[in-house]
Amino acid sequence: MNAIEFHGIGVRHPLVHRRVPTLKEWLINRGATETVDNWFWALKDVSFSVEKGDTLGIVGGNGAGKSTLLRVAAGIITPSHGEAIVRGTLAPLIELGTGFDGELTGLENIYFNGALLGRTKAEITARMPYIVEFADIGAFIDAPLRTYSTGMVSRLAFSIATTIEPDILLLDEILSVGDATFKSKCADRIRSFRDQGTTILLVSHDLKALEDMCAKTLWIERGSVREYGPSAEVIERYLEESEAAAEASADVELPDFDTSDQESVEG
Amino acid sequence: MSGTSEIAEPPSGSETVRRFRADQTAGLGEELRDLVRHGHLLQSLVVRDLTVRYKRSIIGFLWTMLHPLLLTLIFVLIFSAFFRFAIEHYAVYFLSAFLGWNFFAQSTSAAMSSIAWNGMLMKQVRAPRSIFPLSTTISGLVNLLLSMIPLLIIMRIQGIPIRPSILFLPVSFTLLAIFALGVSLALYSLAVFFVDVREMYIVLLSALMYLTPIIYPIEIVPEKFLWIVKMNPLRYLLETLRAPIYYGIIPPVRTLGISAGVAVFALVVGWLAFRRLSPRFYAHL
Repeated sequence: MNAIEFHGIGVRHPLVHRRVPTLKEWLINRGATETVDNWFWALKDVSFSVEKGDTLGIVGGNGAGKSTLLRVAAGIITPSHGEAIVRGTLAPLIELGTGFDGELTGLENIYFNGALLGRTKAEITARMPYIVEFADIGAFIDAPLRTYSTGMVSRLAFSIATTIEPDILLLDEILSVGDATFKSKCADRIRSFRDQGTTILLVSHDLKALEDMCAKTLWIERGSVREYGPSAEVIERYLEESEAAAEASADVELPDFDTSDQESVEG
Repeated sequence: MSGTSEIAEPPSGSETVRRFRADQTAGLGEELRDLVRHGHLLQSLVVRDLTVRYKRSIIGFLWTMLHPLLLTLIFVLIFSAFFRFAIEHYAVYFLSAFLGWNFFAQSTSAAMSSIAWNGMLMKQVRAPRSIFPLSTTISGLVNLLLSMIPLLIIMRIQGIPIRPSILFLPVSFTLLAIFALGVSLALYSLAVFFVDVREMYIVLLSALMYLTPIIYPIEIVPEKFLWIVKMNPLRYLLETLRAPIYYGIIPPVRTLGISAGVAVFALVVGWLAFRRLSPRFYAHL
């Protein structure tokens, strides 16, 4: 049984070149600005499936469409083409801490975030000790969130999303936040999730960690699936190509700033 | 380009299956079921609205009640100083309609102000999109109920009898809330796409307040402007509050009929606009 299926998913956004849109302008142009024929395809004909209990790694350059892909799976972005099927409860961790409110205390934020992730009050209360313990923020739990450090916010967010026990967990660049101790705690928890049969989609630039944790890897390039297969192979080719691209761009000569020239202008 | 949407299938076994696809529009029934499923989130949004607002102030919640009282004081002073039109128990006359107006003005503009923060949430998790404007309407309603307390106190002090007609108020509140929700849905959809909608609306609101018989009785409006005031749908909705509180009667059938018609019309238009535009929200947040 597949936990996630993508069938020819396409996501497009209007390419907006105009200034901040105002209703006044729109009325003057009689809605002309809304006839977009310039689309940016964030995802193009993406098809893949993830077996229940699998951990899928997702790699690709900046802006390749990795986060868009997670958002489609989470139901945050409705696709412009195709169909996505998701089986089971899902917790997305896409931008850490965006669902937090600075004025609310850590405890209040836990309830609020739990609600965002579709949990009832009783379910959150039952898991509260585990959330607080894993986040390891001590007495700050009763302080307003605006007094927290970035690391504390990330820990709390990760702790909430992983303690509510979803069937599917979407993690976007989670391994890159927090200090070394917390990173290894996160990795341990992800592994234990994997062992319990949770389906995980993991976006990361930490290729070593990906290869270590994911049996399969999906390589996204400019919105399309470039490769999908066993992690070791996909990551090896991805690395080769990234290095080749880096070398190629290193060969481009940067224009020199001629200091003598500048002096002469100033002088 | 038709709207995009998703359908949730009933759970097979213990498992929810969700399908997200392009060519469908969310039906009202599905949206309502989705809202019920997200009951705890709705509750949390309302509680957050109500608590965060006064978190750093000393008297906190009391502001909800103090605010209309102070405004009443101002208007009572202005009215008795500048107008020759005498209204018995002006404070109650004013407040009985103004509190309803205040609810409408605040909840509709709060719906738009909340877009930035909600936008961040909408990029992080999935929830029925109408949950955000719905939550601002509900928190406005809670504030409206709280602001009834100082009104009743003033009535006691002034010796105005509180009649059984006051039991009609839940109906009046419901009609006003339906109207406010409809307007919120429409404004919210527009404001996602256009940044200036909120600014325009704020100006429009202050004009609208003076075009509604709140601080003055409709009788003092000159003949040639009367049609403007009479066309204003809020006049009827606010009358359904003033009648049971100030006049101690159940609102006339005509007032009720027009109020109900206007409220339902606003909700239908608001929902249709919201349903049509909400799939495109993401790209503009």
